[in-house]
Amino acid sequence: MKMTKFFAWLAIAIGLIYFFVPLLGTFEFSLRMRRGEYSFDAYGSVFSDVQFQQTFGFSILMALFTIAFGMLLVVPTAYWVRLRLPQMRPVVEFVTLMPLVIPAIVIVFGYLRLYNSSSYIPFTGSTFGTNVLLVMSYITLSLPYMYRSVDTAMRTIDVRTLTEAAEILGAKWPTILFRCIFPNVMSGVLSGAFITFAIVMGEFTMAALLNRPAFGPYLQLVGANKAYEPSALAVIAFAMTWLSMGLIQLVSRLSKMAPTRRA
Amino acid sequence: MHLASPSVGGEAFFRLPQKRYFMTTASSSFIDRRTVIDWLGIAPFMIFALMFLIVPTLYLVMGAFFTPDGQFTFKNIADLFTPTILSAYWISIKVSFASSLGGALIGFFLAWAIVLGGLPSWIRSGLLTFSGVASNFAGVPLAFAFIATLGRTGLVTVFLRDWFGFNLYSTGFNLLSFVGLTVTYMFFQIPLMVLILTPALDGLKKEWREASEILGASTWQYWRMVAFPILWPSLLGTSLLLFANAFGAIATAYALTGSSLNIVPILLYAQIRGDVLHNPNLGYALALGMIVITGLSNILYIWLRMRAERWQK
Repeated sequence: MKMTKFFAWLAIAIGLIYFFVPLLGTFEFSLRMRRGEYSFDAYGSVFSDVQFQQTFGFSILMALFTIAFGMLLVVPTAYWVRLRLPQMRPVVEFVTLMPLVIPAIVIVFGYLRLYNSSSYIPFTGSTFGTNVLLVMSYITLSLPYMYRSVDTAMRTIDVRTLTEAAEILGAKWPTILFRCIFPNVMSGVLSGAFITFAIVMGEFTMAALLNRPAFGPYLQLVGANKAYEPSALAVIAFAMTWLSMGLIQLVSRLSKMAPTRRA
Repeated sequence: MHLASPSVGGEAFFRLPQKRYFMTTASSSFIDRRTVIDWLGIAPFMIFALMFLIVPTLYLVMGAFFTPDGQFTFKNIADLFTPTILSAYWISIKVSFASSLGGALIGFFLAWAIVLGGLPSWIRSGLLTFSGVASNFAGVPLAFAFIATLGRTGLVTVFLRDWFGFNLYSTGFNLLSFVGLTVTYMFFQIPLMVLILTPALDGLKKEWREASEILGASTWQYWRMVAFPILWPSLLGTSLLLFANAFGAIATAYALTGSSLNIVPILLYAQIRGDVLHNPNLGYALALGMIVITGLSNILYIWLRMRAERWQK
């Protein structure tokens, strides 16, 4: 038993070193911009960069559109499959998992060939069209996470009874969906939203190949041209991921507490 | 799948009274309209999936079998077996294999430590939360983190040089290489393994351990003859998932090595940008090769997971 404990601590120690040294290294490196002393100069330089502000803003905007349209697509589908088409469940689930199987670079390659400016649906012919295509590609990438978190939340509520109750009270479909189903799966919607946010903010392939000024390609550009700013950006990106995941934990904890509070 | 059966039963129950009350006169047309509405409900999703997932992929898959002027051919597939492309696939497979193996081993020990190591419970929840974050911390920033740590002026490199007089780069180590990329990829591979394997280890019942001890088995015998046969589908399946995960990744590699390391996603990236292979349809074949490899490992993963779930009920 003593041996077990020793090896367990050893495993944790190795894991701790492997995971914390790079984070420490990044943080330390980001402070080294001023010669001979530690300073936050690199962060100042990052935040005052106009391109940082623009690309960051652009990615946030894209993330919000992705979340909004993604949820409008995923929640009604998950609801409908549970209510009316349970036989289609395996098919829909399989489709939502496909983005994990097909690499992002392959998907965007297909877009570029299929939707170029000389095709029937020339998405890439205009800036607006390309932005729409970018949002669609982000929805595709986050589909597995969004669908699963919404579907998990839907498992805990009785969709059929809720729908019947709403119908008896005279509710129409929009009312049922937006005032009955959405609020009840809010925990799933929120955790799906946060993970989508984390994915979109760091995404590189889609934005780079569609030539949009997003945060991911900007990061790559800075990495190729500057010394200390990349580390500062990595620290910022890690903090953002941490924040998104922390919010997911918070939401799931709150939603677990909710039923007991009601009772 | 066992979850689906009660809801199917509920469906029948829900429909029955309606049939009785409303459908005595025009039953057939009502069924038709209802079925149509049923299918219309998932039409937006299906159209989306077709437009942005299935058709683009199929377009590439088909394109791999045609010449630029539209003639059917296997030449593109055959051209994949030329030294440059073959070596790109080989490096990609090596990096993915090494990082998934390393990720699987270390991830397994970490999961074992928090489940069976008798450690305080805060370590378990701490590690699981951290794994959730770290498994999503990939892409360009991850490359920056490792450059700042193991690059030529990185923390560890400088520390080893100044304190131990040991020059890491004189040993032939280079972050912008196979080893460097493998070590970097493990940063998101290990956490993913921990997240998937912890529930599997939780599923090992205490009774099995006790029974084998009563029958006189040593710890080694218990692991070799009881625990491992139960765990191997999860272990192997998750390793395959990690393999596919690393195989499709591009952002980290691109930010880390630029285009100096010739792995498949980077080659495809260069091909999309500027037709470096001088044959657009060969690019489709390259993409097809990626789909085949990640697809196969995922199919095996799903099959192995179904096997593994037999013991988790």
